[in-house]
Amino acid sequence: MSPRFTPKVVTANALLEGDVVYLTADDCWSRQHAEAELIEDEAHAQIRLLDAQAQRQVVVGAYLAEAKAGPRGPEPVHFREAFRTRGPSNYRHGKQEDPSHV
Amino acid sequence: MYKYTDFDEAFVRERVAQFSQQVARRIDGSLTEDEFRPLRLMNGLYLQLHAYMLRVAIPYGSLNSRQMRQLAYIADTWDKGYGHFTTRQNIQYNWPKLSDVPAMLAALADVQMHAIQTSGNTIRNVTADHFAGAAADEIDDPRPIAELLRQWSTDHPEFQFLPRKFKIAITGSPNDRAVTKAHDIGLRMVRNADGAAGFEVIVGGGLGRTPLIGHVVRAFLPQADLLPYVEAVLSVYNLLGRRDNKYKARIKITLHETGAAELTRMIEERFAELRVAYDGADQRLLAGIRAAFSRPVYKTAPTDAHYTAQVNDPDYRAWADTNLVAHRNADYAIVQVSLKAHGQTPGDATSGQMRVLADLAETFGHDELRISHEQNVILPQVHKGDLPAVHAALKAAGLATANIGLISDIIACPGMDYCSLATARSIPVAQEIALRFQELDLEHEIGPMKIKISGCINACGHHHVGHIGILGLDRAGVENYQITLGGDATETAAIGEKAGPGFSYDDVVPALERLIRAYLSLRLEPAETFLLAFRRLGPAPFRAALYPEERDRDAA
Repeated sequence: MSPRFTPKVVTANALLEGDVVYLTADDCWSRQHAEAELIEDEAHAQIRLLDAQAQRQVVVGAYLAEAKAGPRGPEPVHFREAFRTRGPSNYRHGKQEDPSHV
Repeated sequence: MYKYTDFDEAFVRERVAQFSQQVARRIDGSLTEDEFRPLRLMNGLYLQLHAYMLRVAIPYGSLNSRQMRQLAYIADTWDKGYGHFTTRQNIQYNWPKLSDVPAMLAALADVQMHAIQTSGNTIRNVTADHFAGAAADEIDDPRPIAELLRQWSTDHPEFQFLPRKFKIAITGSPNDRAVTKAHDIGLRMVRNADGAAGFEVIVGGGLGRTPLIGHVVRAFLPQADLLPYVEAVLSVYNLLGRRDNKYKARIKITLHETGAAELTRMIEERFAELRVAYDGADQRLLAGIRAAFSRPVYKTAPTDAHYTAQVNDPDYRAWADTNLVAHRNADYAIVQVSLKAHGQTPGDATSGQMRVLADLAETFGHDELRISHEQNVILPQVHKGDLPAVHAALKAAGLATANIGLISDIIACPGMDYCSLATARSIPVAQEIALRFQELDLEHEIGPMKIKISGCINACGHHHVGHIGILGLDRAGVENYQITLGGDATETAAIGEKAGPGFSYDDVVPALERLIRAYLSLRLEPAETFLLAFRRLGPAPFRAALYPEERDRDAA
């Protein structure tokens, strides 16, 4: 593991809904950041990104976003990624509409 | 109002059919995203932070009641029951699903609307003075020219792959409400020494990364020469504009790299070639378009109800004072409907509100509605006798906020609540400013004030030309807000000056409050607006208010 690599998750938008999705360790796309695979190795991150980009009928614009380990799974680091886990701040639309998502 | 010809109708329908096929091919995997992206952008479909976004053109900001009702229907059927009106006189839907977009475009085509050229490196929706055709100060209605430009620029084969996007604004009034000096081409109607109406042509204005006030390339252009002249500007730009660097691709950069004199010479040279090639077809077309914009038949009726309500109803009087504008017919008024209720999202209207506005336009407003670049809705043709009824209906729909031109009438881009380009949020900053000054009850005492907020350097929120501009940035992973002072979007256009270091999200509203309190104590009289006070005093006393710690340090 590269000592300077900061952990990442693979994230994208779903092709049909545009909703934010995260690549899980078992190769599914989850709508929840906490269910993402937290990637701590740079080489593995590049492979997982390629895996994601190959799924061009499922997702759009896959990229690696910085993340950190949290008690319930990976958590976003940057505020942009934090907004993407919730939705806009002016209405309770997007992911925050779903009561199962806290 | 202009009605589509069979040609327009067939073109828009054909485009809907083409795009429907393209969406189907994207979903079944025949098209990759790289292949599909330019196609969806040609039809106004973006992929944003949380969802797709469909940007629908409202040509020169004009709508009728049927179109407004259809916008409400689309919001209810395929979105979340609201729409966001933008600084480019468009409406954006924030939550469409990809598979629903063809149906949305078909529903738009049913009311002669579309989303074509609301994105991409093309000539975008031509924007116009939102009081066009009604303003008391107007030389002539600019909308027929705007419609001519729309028809000419739509799918124009030479201008579908410009170096960068291209925005044209037009006004028929000497008082510029269309920000013509901050557009790629600004057209300002003026009279020459003989009293004939023509256009001052301004080129190379723009905000964004490199904010510049446009340069006058022609002080007076006869109206009949407008289209060949605009084509000459586009033609020269298409050739010279840089395609190697998108940050240097707008015509404002071309103008500065080429030199205003040389660019003007090239435009005039190309114009001389093009003018003879125009055989008058454009003028015949324009004559037909003009007929569609004939003035409504104004009614003659008592106006007493308005004056009585002004005396008897304080709410009505406050609303009339701020939200009404002089109409060319003394018995009429232009009604500005604020989409800036305190604490609400600037520019958002619910489907229910859209229907109320449509009903009012149909019943009391000669079926006319406008969307302003300031993200409000205008009923441009209301008889004064009907104003109390209009006010009552607006009030019931939460649309009677009496704050046009005041500190809570803020322009704000969608910012990082929606936009994938944004570097910080804009909307909550606007909401908090509006609520704070409402709480302080200072809004009316402060008087005319334009606050404009952008959530990134691209400046969709026009922050450079706000009296106070706020630019949201990402500074080392934290939202940071830079304040500019002294900007002006009118005929005396000016780019605001950076006040100093930015403020954190939590500190920006308190900083603004210090700034405003400083203004109130510095002004000579209530008639001296913030902008006038800034021009008289310069930035120093305002900077001192924004950065008291510096002042204290200097004093020590």
